[in-house]
Amino acid sequence: MSGGDTIFREYRISDAERSDRSAGDRLRHRQKVRESIRENIADIIAEESIIGKDKDRVIKVPLRGIKEYRFVFGDNAPGASQGDGDSRPGQVVGKTGKDAPGKGDEHAGDRPGVDYYETDVTLEELIEIMFEDLELPNLERRALREIQADYSSRRKGYRKVGIRIRLDKRRTAKQRVMRMLASDKRIDAVARALEESKADRELDTGVEGALDEIALEEGRLDEEALAASTGAEFQRVHRRFPFHLNDLRYKHVEIDTKEESNAAVICIMDTSGSMDTMKKYLARSFFFLLYQFISTRYRNVEIVLIAHHTEASEVTEEEFFHKGESGGTFISSGYAKALEIIAARYHPSLWNLYAFHCSDGDNFDSDNPAALKDAEELAGICNLFGYGEIKPLGSRYYESSMLNVFRQIQAPNFHTVLIERKEDIWPSFRAFLAKDRVKEA
Amino acid sequence: MSATPNAGDAPRIAPWNLTDLVEWDRRIRDKAAEFGLDCYPQEFELCDHTGMLGYMAYSGMPSHYPHWSYGKSYEKLKTLYDHGVSGLPYEMVINSNPAIAYLMRDNSILLQVLTIAHVYGHNDFFKNNFTFKSTRAELTIEAFKAAAMRVRRYVEDPSIGVEQVERILDAAHALSWQCRRNLAIKKLTPLEQMARAEDTAQGQSDPFQKIHARKQIEAPDFHKVPLEPDEDLLLFIRDHNPFLADWEKDLLTIVDEEAKYFISMMETKIMNEGWASYWHKKILESLELEQGLHLEFIVNHNQVVRPIPGQINPYHLGLKIWEDIYRRFTNPTAEEIKRDGPPVKSGTEKTFEVREVERDASFIRRYLTEDLMREMDIFEYEARGEELVVSKVADEEGWREVKATLIKNVGTNSIPVLKVEDADFGQNRTLYVKHYHDGRDLHIEYAEKSLNYLQRLWGREVVLETVLDGKRSLLCSNDRGFSVRALK
Repeated sequence: MSGGDTIFREYRISDAERSDRSAGDRLRHRQKVRESIRENIADIIAEESIIGKDKDRVIKVPLRGIKEYRFVFGDNAPGASQGDGDSRPGQVVGKTGKDAPGKGDEHAGDRPGVDYYETDVTLEELIEIMFEDLELPNLERRALREIQADYSSRRKGYRKVGIRIRLDKRRTAKQRVMRMLASDKRIDAVARALEESKADRELDTGVEGALDEIALEEGRLDEEALAASTGAEFQRVHRRFPFHLNDLRYKHVEIDTKEESNAAVICIMDTSGSMDTMKKYLARSFFFLLYQFISTRYRNVEIVLIAHHTEASEVTEEEFFHKGESGGTFISSGYAKALEIIAARYHPSLWNLYAFHCSDGDNFDSDNPAALKDAEELAGICNLFGYGEIKPLGSRYYESSMLNVFRQIQAPNFHTVLIERKEDIWPSFRAFLAKDRVKEA
Repeated sequence: MSATPNAGDAPRIAPWNLTDLVEWDRRIRDKAAEFGLDCYPQEFELCDHTGMLGYMAYSGMPSHYPHWSYGKSYEKLKTLYDHGVSGLPYEMVINSNPAIAYLMRDNSILLQVLTIAHVYGHNDFFKNNFTFKSTRAELTIEAFKAAAMRVRRYVEDPSIGVEQVERILDAAHALSWQCRRNLAIKKLTPLEQMARAEDTAQGQSDPFQKIHARKQIEAPDFHKVPLEPDEDLLLFIRDHNPFLADWEKDLLTIVDEEAKYFISMMETKIMNEGWASYWHKKILESLELEQGLHLEFIVNHNQVVRPIPGQINPYHLGLKIWEDIYRRFTNPTAEEIKRDGPPVKSGTEKTFEVREVERDASFIRRYLTEDLMREMDIFEYEARGEELVVSKVADEEGWREVKATLIKNVGTNSIPVLKVEDADFGQNRTLYVKHYHDGRDLHIEYAEKSLNYLQRLWGREVVLETVLDGKRSLLCSNDRGFSVRALK
């Protein structure tokens, strides 16, 4: 065998720590994952699967941006692999796209599918990224109507006055020492001692010793220790130095009030016969986003679901999204119901109110004045009130629209959006909240 | 010995110390020398599982340039490891002089012994197989380190920065395997190519010139770039795109050199793993292990070289073929003598010769016999709709085709061949690339994205000629996007 001796390098923890060399590349990779999610956010949230799921749910998000592409063979390329002893033609050995046999090594040149890549994110993270994408500043606090809901006490600083139980002995003793050092009497005493010391060297060291001792006392800052360690010289210089009222220090306690912020999201949906599944799905997506958004901004969020056709009623989530109704439409009925519920349960001085109405705009003409009046009233008491008209592509040309009617409303916090397909949801949502921002500013 | 044991430094699980390893290593090296293995000097480094994952993510290199794809690779490996989907390799060894191998510190002494023997098998292979001759093993570590430093400098350069570097590296990585596969074949310089074109145009000297008409000599077109189709995509772009900055050219060179370094590994995966397993088995059997260790060896050995139904386990396939070669040249059956004649070399001579001159494709073509294929139940499968279905098995009529399919899927044969045909297609500086179609279509989504990368590096329109569903087609990537059109 050629060459010298084999070299063995022992494991060392310091090396192992240094060897986390992939940290930078991992960070960069994660940045790219996030970027990729952000770029595809409109597609991801338009996927039906995430709408209405709870927050901790983990969602698989396909990542397109960070796949590593190469020239590879497609599906018509046969492979070879080893069987368990009795393979026969026609036998099924796997599925295309995954678990493809024949991948002996992990080098490139493998079929695609090896590089399929998706990541798990929780809905909460996704929502966070969504709102990062919105680039909304955090809503101004002053805009939130807050009530004091919670008390807790927290220590903060010291005061000269206070109740006996909060007396801080340590600080009090410290104050006394400080005052003692600062007092004229004390300085005179030291000066005298120093003069005496010129005559007598031994005495000099004695005074120095006393000074040292005082310094030491300062370090300890404890009343008992102070008393115990008082030396003879100290006694001589300093017969008695009682506590003064000014020395006393009390711990200060502040009462912390936590602001409880309440918000109610009022979702009003037209469930008349003309609202088909697609329209309901679009409405539902929008409500979902609104609810999630409001939840990130307030501590206590309640949701009110109102379904209406010619009459309105408060319904459960199940009924809200799945129950089909039929018949005509009185939009005003939904608004009237919302106003009624607000009056009964959500006083505008305690609650931040967000109302949103989705309809296809197919209202009875006779109801329009009433709807307009109620809408203005709602806009008056809500932080934000929106109307979303859902017109799947093409249908806007032959169906009547409420957008024209609502154009008369002047309230700055009223906003209308037109949703034609699911890609519109995100832009409309952004536009809707942008209105809120204007109001806050 | 330059390393001294300092076991006090870290808590250790496995009840052995460095002195044991040194002793075992000495015995193994003596055995290896006795068997005739010819190795580079060897260095072992003990590492823990995070260290090993780190080395795996960077292909074993002690230093490597940064790129997010290695972070991705690390995360993926770690996830698989943490969830127990895949274990860690017992060792990892890189082709360099001296050869560097990593040992897991938590492994038992038997696993260390097995691994050390296995590593010497790889080491011998690296030093002697012809595909590794071009890798310049003595410079490996320095070359990777120098490349890493250069890339880091570009990343830190305020006028370049990480985004720009990634822009080039992402594209270069997508194209890196589109390079020459057989590095033992010399690439002609443009001048040599001209000379060859001239020779070809003149044709062979004709002794009967007088009795038939003189053939017209057509002058070859020396203005064409490239003169001969060029497989080295990255290098071609580096040399023919005048708008690339020096640092961009350097990045292309770095990626190309790394790809060429790893091509040798890719080309000999089955042979190399088989060879190392063949030798660790022989060496451990000759070490006269005590019974407990011997049993542990048998268990681990069988775990590594077991057949995996639905896959090709290179350890299994390689070992089987090596053992079969040895047997056929040492102790052939009567039938084999009748078919192939009596062996002219000893089994040992033959195996050492094969390890020097073959690579996976030729190794399988020459030495994987019909009997062996049947014994191992190797079959061919293809996609039918959603399912993968066995299409041929290694019976009398099918075994040749199954073998051909297997060969098409080993080493670089699993990568499509693309060559630059014309750098000025349509007098428009459009890059014309041709896919040498062998019955296997390109994956169109991957082709589109990779072509985009090619366009990014070339800076102008690129077109790729290929065959899709039996029709000649042209894939174009330009500023207006990607398009496919049929060719006549």
